[in-house]
Amino acid sequence: MILRLRQAHQDQIRAHVEGGYPAEACGIFLGREVDGVRIVERLRLVDNRWADPEEQTHRFLIPPEEVLAAEREAVAEGMEILGFFHSHPDHPARPSNFDREHAWPWYAYLIVSVENGRATDWRVWELREDRSAFIERTLEVVP
Amino acid sequence: MAVQILIPTPLRVYTRGEKVVTVEAGTVGEALRALTERFPELRRHLFNEEGRLRSFVNLYLGDEDVRYLQGEETPIPDGQTLSIVPSIAGGGRWSSGRWITRR
Repeated sequence: MILRLRQAHQDQIRAHVEGGYPAEACGIFLGREVDGVRIVERLRLVDNRWADPEEQTHRFLIPPEEVLAAEREAVAEGMEILGFFHSHPDHPARPSNFDREHAWPWYAYLIVSVENGRATDWRVWELREDRSAFIERTLEVVP
Repeated sequence: MAVQILIPTPLRVYTRGEKVVTVEAGTVGEALRALTERFPELRRHLFNEEGRLRSFVNLYLGDEDVRYLQGEETPIPDGQTLSIVPSIAGGGRWSSGRWITRR
């Protein structure tokens, strides 16, 4: 699986996660899958809705009503939810056990490490079908 | 009565590609049971090891989260559609079931 972002999307994500620092920031990818390539056509930037603001430095939540709204927008335009992104402030761009317990296979999970307020490392992950671990996938940024 | 269940993209691989599955059920719980009996591989992605619905898996009847109705006992009116919707949660600094101390 390859996650293909436009440069403009990457710029938007960078601004969102750096602007949200030191809290985690998150969002939803809408688009189409063609031959294993997830082509992102639209981005929904989402406010981190984790209930305790003090824990937002290491936790994020996109509530189901946001996902449902995104799903309806996608279906109306012949697209799908391809996956999600979130930031790890001052922490590597690797999924945590907590990420694994709250994930489904197939979705692309982009994690952006934000160190001292700067987005430094971008990595895409997909959960194995047996839920045992994440596999790293490819991020492609096109003009 | 016939209930339509909307299957999100990641779970369609377990429903032989079906986006909408129709089952016979009167309540949300019956609909889930009928769905996972027909497609047992769905079970581990919907339920945890204790057999409870995973905390990030939500069920909507129209625009209503069934947690705020009667949960699995919620009756499904004729013609209503049940949607399976994940909430997306996660974050860093969690390892082997313990907090990692912040630097």
